[in-house]
Amino acid sequence: MEARLYALQRLSAVVMAPLVVVHLITIMVAVRGGLTAEEILARTQGVTIWSVFYAVFVLAVAIHAPLGLRKILREWARLPQPAADGIAVISGLLFLLLGGGAVLAVGMA
Amino acid sequence: MTSMSSQTLTVEVWRGADDGHFETFDVARRDHQTVLDVVTEIQRQQDPSLSYRFACRVGVCGSCAMMVNGRARWTCRTHISSLDADTITIEPLANMPKIKDLAADMTGFIDKWGDAGAGFTSARTRHDSPAPVDTLSRARKRADAAIECINCGVCHASCDVVKWNDDYLGPAALNRAWSLVNDERHTEKTETLAAALGPGGCSNCHSQGNCMTACPIGLSPTRSIAGLKKMSLLAMVGITP
Repeated sequence: MEARLYALQRLSAVVMAPLVVVHLITIMVAVRGGLTAEEILARTQGVTIWSVFYAVFVLAVAIHAPLGLRKILREWARLPQPAADGIAVISGLLFLLLGGGAVLAVGMA
Repeated sequence: MTSMSSQTLTVEVWRGADDGHFETFDVARRDHQTVLDVVTEIQRQQDPSLSYRFACRVGVCGSCAMMVNGRARWTCRTHISSLDADTITIEPLANMPKIKDLAADMTGFIDKWGDAGAGFTSARTRHDSPAPVDTLSRARKRADAAIECINCGVCHASCDVVKWNDDYLGPAALNRAWSLVNDERHTEKTETLAAALGPGGCSNCHSQGNCMTACPIGLSPTRSIAGLKKMSLLAMVGITP
């Protein structure tokens, strides 16, 4: 199990690396003319490529971040393993729900 | 180096168990003096009740490891002059319970070796001839450095993950597991690998390299652990040692 989680965290990091670069560059380019919800939606709403991009991103984050959080809770907050596992699962579902919801809302509009 | 001018060392020595305290001793500075010399001088000339461990005194056995000014080191191989300080703090190895004074309880440390699958199993008996091992084989070369470990516990005492997570097997035990999964005579490689990949296993390592920096003989448990991690990924796609 631990070995599989380790592999999942590394694989999700590999997926995220190029996505994070594109995400950051997009932010830097996008904010040059100010940052408004209208402007962001005008660029992303109903654009399939961004929906796919962020759907993959959200999935990778929902796997990667909770696994990191699980270790931090164990090592720094000294939580027992079951508690760290539980919080990690809940946070993963939360990322999936919030991120997935946003992707659907923007993509399907 | 003004600090070197004093002819007397102030030595703060841990006394008692976990709830103990530091006791201060003054020891004359001498040429070629090691930290172990200082501890021995305190015990023989100032307080015979001081407990500490040593055996060979020449950097072979590893039993004199202690925390010196906060760093785990072999006291017999640490010259006072190299510390460049007039005050020296000496404690038992960190990340282990303190038994008395400078002696740490290494039971948990040794138990973790077993938990990491460190028991050797052979298909041969004492009646068979020794197994020929090809010293130039890839697996044997991979374990070349790792097999030199003498269980001194310095890496275990230097590892932050060991400090944070009681379940973590630690660099020494995992280094041993790495030796075994590369040992062609070992018949339970799959079991050893499974143990090394368990909840307290190699995936906990942050690759900070404290163990590698602290090892008195320059081994790299970090590299061994990285090897186990790589092996775990290969095992997932069906490539086993």
